[in-house]
Amino acid sequence: MSRLANKFADLKASGRKALIPFITAGDPYPEFTVPLLHEMVAAGADVIELGVPFSDPMADGPVIQRASERALSHHTGLRKVLSMAMEFRKTDQDTPLVLMGYLNPIEIMGYEDFANAAQRADVDGVLTVDLPPEESEACVSLLRERGIDQIFLLAPNTNAERIQKMDAVGSGYLYYVSLKGVTGAGHLDTADVEQKLQLIRQNTALPVGVGFGVKDADTAKTIAAIADGVVVGSALISKIEANLDDPQQARHEIITLLKSMREAMDV
Amino acid sequence: MTERYPQGHKYDMPDARGHFGPYGGIFVAETLMPAITELNEAYQRYMQDPEFIAELDADLRDYVGRPSPLYLAERWSRELGGAQIYLKREDLNHTGAHKVNNTVGQALLAKRMGKTRIIAETGAGQHGVATATVAARLGLECVVYMGAVDVARQALNVYRMKLLGATVVPVESGSKTLKDALNEALRDWVTNIDNTFYIIGTVAGPHPYPAMVRDFQAVIGREAKQQCIAQAGRLPDALVACVGGGSNAIGLFYPFIDDKSVKMIGVEAAGDGVETGRHSAPLCAGRPGVLHGNRTYLMADDDGEIIETHSISAGLDYPGVGPEHAWLKDTGRAQYVNITDDEALAGFHALTRMEGIIPALESSHALAYAMKLAPTMRKDQIIIINLSGRGDKDMHTIMQREGISL
Ligand SMILES: Cc1ncc(COP(=O)(O)O)c(C=O)c1O
Repeated sequence: MSRLANKFADLKASGRKALIPFITAGDPYPEFTVPLLHEMVAAGADVIELGVPFSDPMADGPVIQRASERALSHHTGLRKVLSMAMEFRKTDQDTPLVLMGYLNPIEIMGYEDFANAAQRADVDGVLTVDLPPEESEACVSLLRERGIDQIFLLAPNTNAERIQKMDAVGSGYLYYVSLKGVTGAGHLDTADVEQKLQLIRQNTALPVGVGFGVKDADTAKTIAAIADGVVVGSALISKIEANLDDPQQARHEIITLLKSMREAMDV
Repeated sequence: MTERYPQGHKYDMPDARGHFGPYGGIFVAETLMPAITELNEAYQRYMQDPEFIAELDADLRDYVGRPSPLYLAERWSRELGGAQIYLKREDLNHTGAHKVNNTVGQALLAKRMGKTRIIAETGAGQHGVATATVAARLGLECVVYMGAVDVARQALNVYRMKLLGATVVPVESGSKTLKDALNEALRDWVTNIDNTFYIIGTVAGPHPYPAMVRDFQAVIGREAKQQCIAQAGRLPDALVACVGGGSNAIGLFYPFIDDKSVKMIGVEAAGDGVETGRHSAPLCAGRPGVLHGNRTYLMADDDGEIIETHSISAGLDYPGVGPEHAWLKDTGRAQYVNITDDEALAGFHALTRMEGIIPALESSHALAYAMKLAPTMRKDQIIIINLSGRGDKDMHTIMQREGISL
């Protein structure tokens, strides 16, 4: 069983839900990232989504766009992110790490080279925003051979037929994007999410994480009641942006927010 | 679609999922998939609907002013001393460029699909103006995304769009040019997917855009072929067109693809020179990758990050290119060359002074290449250049570059 499948099975057995923070690697500077990953785990993160900076983050709102720009100003590209993943794994053999980003960096590296490098770094999953299942076979099969899960996104307008497609090619978990829009936008509507989750559950047995619009302990708690995992990204990255002159303060605020989410999810 | 294409057309790219060999396809975030499927179904259906085609043809005739002339540039041809140069006069279209052929078509589709809001990206502003124009005519809300750098260098077109009732949103992210405007338009589309139609201005984006925009622009090549046969008695020897995203080029090339005697030459922007790295020539100096929904040649670094582009012409300042051009390059059916800013300016002045036609800076790249090519050809040979637009919008850029003030 993959590290992700194990993690979700363990959580299920103990009646808990996964807390899944997303941060952009290398934001605001490269040395900030790996220590933060460890602290997030200590604060209660179950799975980590590590964003690979891209020059053209088409599906992201302003907060993550600016995080990518900050990271790229120090040249944090895919190869550097892979080395961060490897460094993280040296002292944490337990927490699943998912690389999240866009396809072009993987295309330019070459699918096979990327799959080998991801395996060497002991990465558990890859989530490629602009790689729908129809185009994914070549990449997914190389990852699968190496025990790496490909995670797919589901949207509010994804129908049953497409959910089945994701179920067939995807593994690890599915990530339900709770609103039509970019990351960091708007508020999520719990009733809508609940209804959509029913349709999703009818078409897949994979765990479902929900993200886009999770901002605080309250939303985390609400989502945890209905989904298998809660993804939080822009709300964490906003803390970095609000404290660019004081990274320690940013770290502190991120950890405080995560802890409050963890507590709210566990009661 | 059959009646719109020459009988016996052997070239049948793309396949059902939008692939031109390894290029093209659909690489987008999941939220866009249903919208793209809906668009593809509408496009497949209406392109075979005689009523839709009749309405499109009437609009192209009465609103755009088609057919555009095929003009023999006699004095310039004589001066260059080689091939006879014909200009396909897309500059004479309503709004001043080829872009309107496509916006008229996509707007008709939007109307048929019941969409009430139009969005577009624009570089030089020609596509933005052409979109704002058709939106005004159909009474649709229109939002145009434009890189902040382009807003500054194409101020006249920004004002035209505003007059036409469009909202122009300056895009401050990334390199603040066309690619960033495209990113922002995609973000808008994801957010407003239910009522919004995204009119992409070139043969880029996810399938069906590259095929659909080509089909709307192919009127250029169909007319040019008939006109050349009628006026010169035979097919041309070479076609020359500038390539930004590649819509005016594919529009001219497409109906000639099976005519193997006709050379097809796409001209990319070399900016300061391809060797300087400051250019916009992905086919000449880039590599395959995935951006904005399709696989194609791109300007990207070793980490896969997109490299900033440079060109004097805002309409060519784009790091990618339509996937069909990538395929035509790899198969050798078309050749791709490049022209620097300085060479383009020389082409601009040559046509202005020799023929009394002020061309767009984009089109001037094609003119500049033809100036090199024509003298190497015989006097009984024929070049057709796609004069994709007129130069009024570029007066400010040229005056600045040449240190002129009024
Ligand atoms: C006059 C003109 N020609 C050419 C282009 C380049 O686009 P494409 O390569 O799609 O024809 C533009 C784009 O703005 C334009 O305005």
